[in-house]
Amino acid sequence: MLNFILRRLALIVPTVIGISLCAFFFVRVLPGDPILAMAGQHGVTPERYEILREQFGYNLPIWQQYLDYLGNVLQGNFGVSLSTKRPVLTEFMALFPATIELALVAMLFAVAVGIPAGIFAAVKRGSWFDQFTMGVALTGYSMPIFWWGLLLIIFFSGYLGWTPVSGRISLTFFLRPITGFMLVDTLLYGNWPAFVSALRHLILPAIVLGTIPLAVIARQTRSAMLEVLGEDYVRTARAKGLSPRRVVNVHALRNALIPVVTTIGLQVGLLLGGAILTETIFSWPGIGKWMIDSISKRDYVVVQSGLLLIALIVMAVNLLVDVLYAVINPRIRVK
Amino acid sequence: MKLMKSLFAATAIVALAAGAAQGKQLVYCSEASPAHFDPGPLTGGNDFDATSHAIYNRLVEFVPGGTEVAPALAESWEISEDGLEITFKLRPGVKWHTTPYFTPTRDFNAEDVVFSFERQWKEDSVWYNYLEGMTWDYFQGMDMPKYLKEIVAVDDLTVKFVLTEPNAPMIANLAMDFASIVSKEYADKLEADGNLAAFSTQPVGTGPFMFVDYQLDTVIRYQAFADYWDGKQPIDDLVFAITTDPSVRAQRLLAGECDIMPYPAPADIAQLQNDPNLTVMEQEGLNIGYMSYNVTEPPFDNVNVRKALTMAIDKAAIIEAVYQGAGQDAKNLIPPTMWSYNDAIPADEYNPEEAKRLLEEAGVTDLTTDLWAMPVSRPYNPNAQRVAELIQSDWAAVGVNANIVSYEWTEYRERGKQEDRKGPFQIGWTGDNGDPDNFFATLFSCSAIGVSNYSMWCNDEFEALIQEAKTTSDQEKRAELYTKAQEIFKAEEPAMTLAHSRVFMPMKKTVLNYKMSPLGNHSFKGVDIQE
Repeated sequence: MLNFILRRLALIVPTVIGISLCAFFFVRVLPGDPILAMAGQHGVTPERYEILREQFGYNLPIWQQYLDYLGNVLQGNFGVSLSTKRPVLTEFMALFPATIELALVAMLFAVAVGIPAGIFAAVKRGSWFDQFTMGVALTGYSMPIFWWGLLLIIFFSGYLGWTPVSGRISLTFFLRPITGFMLVDTLLYGNWPAFVSALRHLILPAIVLGTIPLAVIARQTRSAMLEVLGEDYVRTARAKGLSPRRVVNVHALRNALIPVVTTIGLQVGLLLGGAILTETIFSWPGIGKWMIDSISKRDYVVVQSGLLLIALIVMAVNLLVDVLYAVINPRIRVK
Repeated sequence: MKLMKSLFAATAIVALAAGAAQGKQLVYCSEASPAHFDPGPLTGGNDFDATSHAIYNRLVEFVPGGTEVAPALAESWEISEDGLEITFKLRPGVKWHTTPYFTPTRDFNAEDVVFSFERQWKEDSVWYNYLEGMTWDYFQGMDMPKYLKEIVAVDDLTVKFVLTEPNAPMIANLAMDFASIVSKEYADKLEADGNLAAFSTQPVGTGPFMFVDYQLDTVIRYQAFADYWDGKQPIDDLVFAITTDPSVRAQRLLAGECDIMPYPAPADIAQLQNDPNLTVMEQEGLNIGYMSYNVTEPPFDNVNVRKALTMAIDKAAIIEAVYQGAGQDAKNLIPPTMWSYNDAIPADEYNPEEAKRLLEEAGVTDLTTDLWAMPVSRPYNPNAQRVAELIQSDWAAVGVNANIVSYEWTEYRERGKQEDRKGPFQIGWTGDNGDPDNFFATLFSCSAIGVSNYSMWCNDEFEALIQEAKTTSDQEKRAELYTKAQEIFKAEEPAMTLAHSRVFMPMKKTVLNYKMSPLGNHSFKGVDIQE
């Protein structure tokens, strides 16, 4: 097992270098000059422009800029934001819990609804429930996030007034972050109404962000279940006279879950991508919105380091999924 | 241990907040996060709303809802006869905010004023570059280094600004956000602590509201300053709830999550106006959207060609289609709310037949030109691409073929400045200080070529008038000079002036005494909320 983990860790090194190269060069290929973007409507004098170029090292050959950057990153220095002048890592750490909290709740929603829906659809194959669920899943999968989010806000918050429009917690609560996870922090403060408010604020964004993963998980569970339900050992189990519930839950589900777990792992990357739009609609103070704002401000440093940090997180999650996969299915370890 | 400390501190804050929650709270759904809290180097309107208008004061300030300048931290000022010295008498007894991170030992004085400007000006000051890669954009942009010779603290309550040449807009410049007065004592403390960066994250001012807390990209909290020199504010707490999407801001206002919001999406305005609990205030913006002809490039070097091209454009149709009721035809460079506006200038005529004739007379046939469209939406031009398409079709009707070109925003402006730029260039301006000089000299003086004079237009007569107006202190005389300058501008047509936009500000009916600023900033000084 240790060998397996070490092998997977070794693979991360070239991936990180590849991603840092992409992040660094893609950002520089974008049109627009970060110094001019910083300067605003009055512009900046040519002398000051040269001084700033030198200060940021933009006058150096590009390969040298990259090596300097990589050297700094290896020492844990991800640079300072061009617009806010704060260290990128500080901003990332302040905003990341909000994204993780949203992504976790969205994933929980997707799994909690998607897996049972997939199982039922498979067991009742061809029934109206199956067709209905798969129809809804297909619709969910094709839903543009931005439109879906606004629609839910207008209906549930605007028309019915059931959920808050945006933000993480009602403004009447003033709690300084401890962990950055609002649900955890409100509990640490022992403030029950604040916890309820934080939960209410999570409902719509989590549904919006969780819709596509839910659809994918439901469809994947259904097809995996169908495959497993046709296997000989399931027939044997049925022949033994086990209850249908036991056949599905004990014999079929565990095997059907293997591809589903992989799918869930892959969804994490997509979830972070979806978070960018969801956070923008719901004014959710996470890294997605932070990245979008930084791209429009041509904040090179935030964009390249932000991309790298997100990539590292996604890789870590994938590694975790691989390990989990190996635990569920010992054959993977041997290969 | 750290967790215990955090919990303890947090409990104290909760207790504090619980107490404060009984007071009046105003929630403003702001459009973006401030970069930080030191107004000197900042440039964005949202930055200034969160800093200079809430936390700080200036020597002089624009009157609420106007562009006239009134005393603030300076009680009065005198300009010497030669116009080279401005002496300010400072207001006594002005207190600095007492916060958990700084306790002032003295009142505001002349030292603070000198420090506030010298940190932006003297490169040997440790504060000149206290944040990595910072620029003092407005201090430079308003040409302060050119006009300032020295700033002298005559005594504790007297400050003298010595100028290199007379400069009438200087007083208006000093009312601008970058000229906010910061605490020298606080700066010295941070310097001694080796923690300069805190100056931008833990602000200390003299303004109506004290900074309490900022959660990145989420919320800014302020508390009314009890010892404010102009009296404590009617509200107790001011909250900026950062909400970037305009439609979501509107939904939050409709749902009662905020009391007031800026910049609604045009599509939402009707719904907001129809809501019985809301009021939508509106005002002319202090801005201009225009299209610069490059007067050094044929055939645009011929004034009749420029006039013909303007005449071929159906401005009314563009304003209707693009500004959606939030635009007003611009016949001059400055908006009608600004003093010296020349109302005698006739509006641009739409006459394709006459345009065709003028072009033929000038020998221009089969003209093909680039037509520049900004890639971004700005208050003065919400959709330059659409404007370009409409102009393209108007010009096609008089035999002019236009190719629309656009680049990323900073790249766009850089290319636009190049003296050999081909084709008319859409751009615009939002006024900084309500002084006409801020439009005429910034956008069309000879020295602005290569900077912000996108027409490359340098007209001796116009230049003489605006330079004279700059050095004249008598406002009536200045207005006369600018009125004349507008006549020359119209006769020469270096640019087609398209529109001034209207600005909307929706709020709950319970919000009292809010005044819209023509300068586009959002200040909650004096605002009350009905309970």
